[in-house]
Amino acid sequence: MSQARKLLIFGGLALACLGMAYGLYYALFVEHQTLDGMGGALTEAFVKAAERHMPKSNAALDAYSRTKYIYVRQVDVHSHWIGLAMLLIALGMAFDRVSFAERTRLWIATALLIGSAVFPLGVLLQTLVEGPLPSALAIIGSTLVIGALALTAVGFARSD
Amino acid sequence: MSASRWLVFGGIALIAGGMLFGDIFAVFVLHQNGNRTGALLMAAVRDLKAQDANSIRADFRQIGGNLEDRGTKVDTHVHMTDAGYLALLLALVQPLVGLSQQTKTLLAKLFIAGGTLLPLGIFLIHYVGLTYSPFPVIGWASILADCAGLVLIIVVVVELWGIYVHFCGGRKQNTESDLPHPPSWATRILLSGGTVLVLLGFAYGVWYSAFDLYRHEARETAILSTMLDATVTSQSDPMISVADYGGLAAERAVKIAAHSHIIEFGVLAILLSFVQPYVFLSERWRRRWIIVLLAGSLILPVFVRLELNLGLVAGGIADIGGLMVIISLIAILVGVVRHSGNMDTASGAQL
Repeated sequence: MSQARKLLIFGGLALACLGMAYGLYYALFVEHQTLDGMGGALTEAFVKAAERHMPKSNAALDAYSRTKYIYVRQVDVHSHWIGLAMLLIALGMAFDRVSFAERTRLWIATALLIGSAVFPLGVLLQTLVEGPLPSALAIIGSTLVIGALALTAVGFARSD
Repeated sequence: MSASRWLVFGGIALIAGGMLFGDIFAVFVLHQNGNRTGALLMAAVRDLKAQDANSIRADFRQIGGNLEDRGTKVDTHVHMTDAGYLALLLALVQPLVGLSQQTKTLLAKLFIAGGTLLPLGIFLIHYVGLTYSPFPVIGWASILADCAGLVLIIVVVVELWGIYVHFCGGRKQNTESDLPHPPSWATRILLSGGTVLVLLGFAYGVWYSAFDLYRHEARETAILSTMLDATVTSQSDPMISVADYGGLAAERAVKIAAHSHIIEFGVLAILLSFVQPYVFLSERWRRRWIIVLLAGSLILPVFVRLELNLGLVAGGIADIGGLMVIISLIAILVGVVRHSGNMDTASGAQL
């Protein structure tokens, strides 16, 4: 078996484990609490508005927006890690049909693996770190995945 | 039955089951649930106008329940389908797993059991709630889902260990045959069609995150803020904001659904290209089902996205696309059931 295939299959399975472990941790310790916080903040915004305390209502609305921003990204990390992991394993099984030199295939596989790990990581960091670095990581990761996948598609087409 | 066949059969069954559940959900639950949520939000606005805080809390408790109902059903669909995908992938790597046949079969059965119980647990979360639960926020159905998820993680970790053992020479002798990869028409069309679908889905995802994601988030806050101000000051009709909020929720949902479904169908097509040797169908029927599968895989996400422009007509066409994928998948499953097991007997595996 080629190095590229090994990298994709091992990397994909490891990434699937990571994605599932993150999902389990999230379901046990974060999700219910986050949903309660989100619902509570929106209710508070309406209740304070009913009491005509608009500054408190607006503060609660801001809290709702912040919590939802984090919630959406945390769920996306779980689904994208596992989804990309499955793609890596699937491509790994057929990677010898990608009609490029072995060295090029290894580079494409490396780009796919790094991109698949880094893209959701960047999204996760958006909830933890301020500034442009997390978004830059997400953009670099997704660009690596798309570029490598486009090359893979070209490789499959050439093999025919 | 060998581990590979357990995983192929169980995997396709889980995918077909998950998709059927998704189609039933889309037709009978999704829009009705959205209408109920909209009506409850209107009630909350009316109670806000009447300055009735207790009724507002009751409205939002119901909205929360409604959203949980919807969310757990979406998660049931996604987790059942994804568990099926992972089962198919594990079937493909079985020849590389350096463990005994007995262990591999046990792992396969555990994976299928976990892949079935995980979505079942998620589905029950809304109905079981916190009844008899010893925890403040996690109910028994969540515990079932979490335990099933843990089983899946353990199985994948052990499979990964098995592959490591294989490559380290610990157990070189394989009792399972490698899946043959004949360069057939079916394999080629599924592989290239699947890769193109995944690429289209990625490109759309990039478009969505670049131009829609942040705009949607800002719009949601702005709409809610306008809704509250309009109700308190009575300067404009807050129901316009409620309608805007519903429109935004629908726009967000269809765009995300289009992105995720086209990628999932792409991965499915790639996976099915590998399991063709397990499918006992005539070449003519095999081609027909593959064309139906790929056509449905494109129709569903495209028309889900067009729901914003064409309304329920597009939704109906999207449902037909989903049905095409399900029917072709069941036909392929029938092909797997018909498979004589020649591959396993030829390699001496236990049937």
